[in-house]
Amino acid sequence: MPAAVLEDAAADVGPVEPEEPGPATGPRRVLESPWFGFALRRLFGVVLVLAVLVGLTFCMVQSMPGDPARVAAGNNATPEQITRMRHDLGLDHSVAAQFGHYVGGLLRGDLGTSYTTEEKVSDIIADRLPYTSELALLGILVVLLVGVPLGMAVAVACRDGRRRHLDGGFTLATGIIGSTPEYILGTLLVLVVGIELGWLPVAGAATADALVLPVIAVALGPVCTIARIVRRETAVVLARDYMRAARGRRLPAHRLYLRHALPNLLTGTLTVAGLLLTGLLGGAVVIESVFAWPGVGTRVVEAVTLRDLPVVQGVVLVLGILACLLNLLIDVVLGLLDPRTLTGRAAS
Amino acid sequence: MTAGLPPRRDRAATRPPRKRLGAMLVIGLAGLGLLVLLAVVAPWIWGDDADRLGPEVHLGSSGEHWLGTDALGRDIFARTLVATRPTLELSALATLIASTVGIALGGLVWVGGPRLRAVGLRVIDVMIAYPAVILALAIAAILDPGPKACVIAIGAAGSPTFARLTANLTASVAGRDFVGSARLLGVGPLRLMRRHILPNIAEPLLVLLSVSYAHTLMALSALSFLGLGVQLPDYDWGQLLAVGLQSLYTNPVEAVGPAVAVVLAGLSASFVGDGLAAAAERSSAPAMKAKASGAAESDPVSAIPDRTAGVPDDAVLVIDGLRVLRADGTALVDGVTFHVGAGEIVGVLGESGSGKTLTAMAVARLLPGGLHATARRAVLRDPGADELDLVASGSESAATRRRLATEIGIVHQDPSASFNPALKLGGQLTETLRVHMGVSRREAARRAVEQLEFVRITDPKARLRQYPHELSGGMRGRAMIASALLPRPRLVIADEPTTALDVVVRAEVLRVLRAANERDGTAMLFISHDVGVVGDLCDRVLVMYAGRLVEELTTADLRAGRAEHPYTLALLAATPHLDDTPSPEDANGDRRLAAIPGHPPRPDERPPGCAFAPRCPAVSPICHATPPPVHAPAPGLSVVCHLPGRRSATEEKPSEATR
Amino acid sequence: MTALTPNGPSATRGGSVGSDTPVMTVDGVSAVFGHGPRRKTVLHGVDLALLRGRTLGLVGESGSGKSTLAKVMVGLVRPVGGRVLLDDTDVTRWRGRAELFTRRRQVQLIPQDPYASLNPRMTVGETIAEAIDPRRGGATRHRNAVERRLAQVALGADAANRYPHEFSGGQRQRIAIARALAVEPALIIADEITSALDCSVRAEVLNVLTALRRDLGLTMLFISHDLAVVRHVSDDVAVMRHGRLVEVGTAADVFGAPREPYTRLLLSAGSPGAR
Repeated sequence: MPAAVLEDAAADVGPVEPEEPGPATGPRRVLESPWFGFALRRLFGVVLVLAVLVGLTFCMVQSMPGDPARVAAGNNATPEQITRMRHDLGLDHSVAAQFGHYVGGLLRGDLGTSYTTEEKVSDIIADRLPYTSELALLGILVVLLVGVPLGMAVAVACRDGRRRHLDGGFTLATGIIGSTPEYILGTLLVLVVGIELGWLPVAGAATADALVLPVIAVALGPVCTIARIVRRETAVVLARDYMRAARGRRLPAHRLYLRHALPNLLTGTLTVAGLLLTGLLGGAVVIESVFAWPGVGTRVVEAVTLRDLPVVQGVVLVLGILACLLNLLIDVVLGLLDPRTLTGRAAS
Repeated sequence: MTAGLPPRRDRAATRPPRKRLGAMLVIGLAGLGLLVLLAVVAPWIWGDDADRLGPEVHLGSSGEHWLGTDALGRDIFARTLVATRPTLELSALATLIASTVGIALGGLVWVGGPRLRAVGLRVIDVMIAYPAVILALAIAAILDPGPKACVIAIGAAGSPTFARLTANLTASVAGRDFVGSARLLGVGPLRLMRRHILPNIAEPLLVLLSVSYAHTLMALSALSFLGLGVQLPDYDWGQLLAVGLQSLYTNPVEAVGPAVAVVLAGLSASFVGDGLAAAAERSSAPAMKAKASGAAESDPVSAIPDRTAGVPDDAVLVIDGLRVLRADGTALVDGVTFHVGAGEIVGVLGESGSGKTLTAMAVARLLPGGLHATARRAVLRDPGADELDLVASGSESAATRRRLATEIGIVHQDPSASFNPALKLGGQLTETLRVHMGVSRREAARRAVEQLEFVRITDPKARLRQYPHELSGGMRGRAMIASALLPRPRLVIADEPTTALDVVVRAEVLRVLRAANERDGTAMLFISHDVGVVGDLCDRVLVMYAGRLVEELTTADLRAGRAEHPYTLALLAATPHLDDTPSPEDANGDRRLAAIPGHPPRPDERPPGCAFAPRCPAVSPICHATPPPVHAPAPGLSVVCHLPGRRSATEEKPSEATR
Repeated sequence: MTALTPNGPSATRGGSVGSDTPVMTVDGVSAVFGHGPRRKTVLHGVDLALLRGRTLGLVGESGSGKSTLAKVMVGLVRPVGGRVLLDDTDVTRWRGRAELFTRRRQVQLIPQDPYASLNPRMTVGETIAEAIDPRRGGATRHRNAVERRLAQVALGADAANRYPHEFSGGQRQRIAIARALAVEPALIIADEITSALDCSVRAEVLNVLTALRRDLGLTMLFISHDLAVVRHVSDDVAVMRHGRLVEVGTAADVFGAPREPYTRLLLSAGSPGAR
């Protein structure tokens, strides 16, 4: 059939490609912006987390075997003291009324009072949370700034089966460190760097250099885990067709790896990193005990042993919110890096 | 998309998966086996030693007490061994809780329908995001601190991970065609789960199980360390460690035993997990045969006479005796000779596995890792510059890289996968101009817009600011062509650019390629498995089979069915044509196509003679034993066959011409 | 839109038993995807009749609604309007488990990708046995029936004990055909079953289909974007565009003397050598 027929037929039936998405220009309505749906879904998520957390922490008192009032009043309390304590704690009201009271208190910023020291829980947390956040946030920074480049560097160096020894060594070393609980790592650091070498303080938070060892102890395990993930993700990304296309343009190495590989890598990595980082928050709680760090961790361990429920409740609630915000932050970063993640469609 | 998957998957997927136990898996399993053995026997053998009080407290390492003694003079080595049982038991119990609850929850979320799934997955996500240790603290505070609270806490904290993995895996397996087909057959949900879904998600769940066991062990020991886990007089490794650490400054050896035990156990379990994951990856990846065949060791290239003598002086690309070799020496492309003249469009026709894409990638110097190319001669010619050697080994100089980037334009096979999804189109299109040709941002954008207009993309300015996923499939294909044409290359290599497209879009892509050829006189190497498309676009066609060139002929001859090689003839006969009226019918009134029996040989199993001989309808004894000679009446025309032009007597009917 | 009016038995070819009785009638079917601002109508009142013993080729570009129509006929997509008649009963209203079971077994879909459509953990024998009896199917119990089905698609009996990864793409597609046959459905829908295959392998699958049409008198809806292939296997052809049927007729009429400009465009685009 001659070309003219094709052109004629094309004119008859209109645009050749019916699926062509409409013009790319024109003002977009706010409702159509992917960020709108994202914000809606995340808002729902945050509300859900809050609801679940508040419900769970409230249930802690309810589900406690035995009588919370007896625990609160102490072992040697007389029946009168226990009755008074029950009244003070509001335990003589219905569960619904207790819940209303609890939520009302939360809205006013009242997290209750410690059974043992009779301090306000909000004061305890305000006092100690900065130390824990400092430890956790610095840890996160170290994890991302060390783990990601490390994994990428190893993946690039070992691409297409090169340098098998480096690859094996990396896998073994990160495997061993990753399988070592953080408190053992912390203790080792105390022993070697703090005591044998005497370079850095091993306990307390009096000076800035006291931060170094706890941060390393908190971050070392996750650094290894994330480095392994990044190494694997990088290998996958390097094998993709678009990387071959980029190699076909003969780009310099930094452009190839940083501009073309890194953004694609981060999507997969950060999704996992979110989980890892909240895990790091838990690690920080344990590590505080090793380094006598004055954060919420040491306090909450003490509270658990004494069954000082209001303190435990408060810490569980606050750390939960912190974990949730951390994940939100990561999702926002992901959305900026790769707009496809905003719509909830996973980037493959 | 309507149309097909890239046929290159065929070869990889048809191989049986091979289960090899990796070294990691073996070490991990051995470690775990040893620990289980210890857990069983240690309390009988060392139970008494572990509880016997001694006079010497806080002893260092000695011949009698390898790891010293504790505050009551008990032998720490014996205590560590005895503590294996409770430690492993508790972690096994917690892992069991986590996996059972998690897998049930994940399955439930999937079975419960789309609404429940959406909410359920959100809740699971929230639960996963919550730090396990803190959850464990909360549970330990409610129940009295102790092993029971810890096991429940760690189990509960671990279950969301299982739930999410189960839900994700189930969703991905359930979305696959074979589950849909089974549903259409009327297979009920329970049998669907049991026979179709569970067997296909078992492997990753097993990996998670072992990794989770390692984490559980660590978390439990951490809780014991904090004094919330196993309580005296019972002891596990974490508890021993906590006690040992109290005398860290005076007698550090006390902490060594339990610490090493915790690390070794965790390491074994994660080795098992890593090993299983690696084994699963291996079985899904194509297995490479290490053995090189005898045929590959000889160099058939030397047997082929140099045929570049008559090549026209203005040829853009001259390739002589190109081979693409695997590291083991197997030739995937075996002695291919051809040239592309100025302004000529040369098609490379072949089925999947014929080596046509590898030939193109070797020319572009873009072979995947583990492969390398050799050739007697492989050059890109430029009247204004030196010949550019395309198979030279060693690193490329900056000048070579610039020439490769600007003189060869590549249209990649799958435009959806070949644009970087994280970068806007504009940056990717203008990259070569900016990096290699020093063109300003504004000028590069102007040229990109011009080129997009040329390939008939609407609203080109705005497209530059869009991400590849915002374009339709057909547009991405044309944008890929624009990207290849932008530096005004001397040669365009188009690797199956029409494979995944339906007829109308395909016609548009062919039109654009032809227009570029007419506008700039760009020479093209056009790879395809579609006889019709090659016949439509190209001037000359190379037919490849099993890594070798079997025939070079003009498109006019191909269309007229004037092929000489039996394989080319068989391809033509196997292709249904729109213009066959009436269709050829046999005695039964049956429209049969001449299918080619059998399948192409693997590159390491090529027979000593002609590779097509086992499937050839016109085969004679000589074909099996002796490599076929090259008949080359003119430069650019050749046939590699013992009996060119002979059609078999058993063939039902002489092949119909394309047109 | 015009319903298909066949030209009587004279139009049939290749020994297939054509008739005027429709196995399935699609009557004014509309389908919609998404909701709210993303709502998109993919089928606009499609009328189509699949006549017993004949093969209807359905052609159109990607996004024209071919696959959606197939899914409506199989029951995977519920239409928002219109009826799908199977032996004069409207199956779109069927809800009960037994009714759905019957409907599903009446219409069988062969999917496009032969690598995704067979369970990698089940032998070919198990897969086909499951098609014969989805509740208690076992490879040993149905050995004879399985072997008969394999023979119909030109595969040996030993194939029953092997796993899908041991077969080539064309062989897998033939196994998928055997599985569909094992159900003994009234209608088979083949959705782009040759587009993922190499041409020599494609010929093998097309030949099996041709033989089956001749020997079993199959009723089939053959969906493809490859016009040459459609022409090769079809008695009748329907052309689809933007969710509407543009032209319906016998293969000879549609390919030989297309009435609609869009059909002519498709033909010229799909015809090799159209310069």
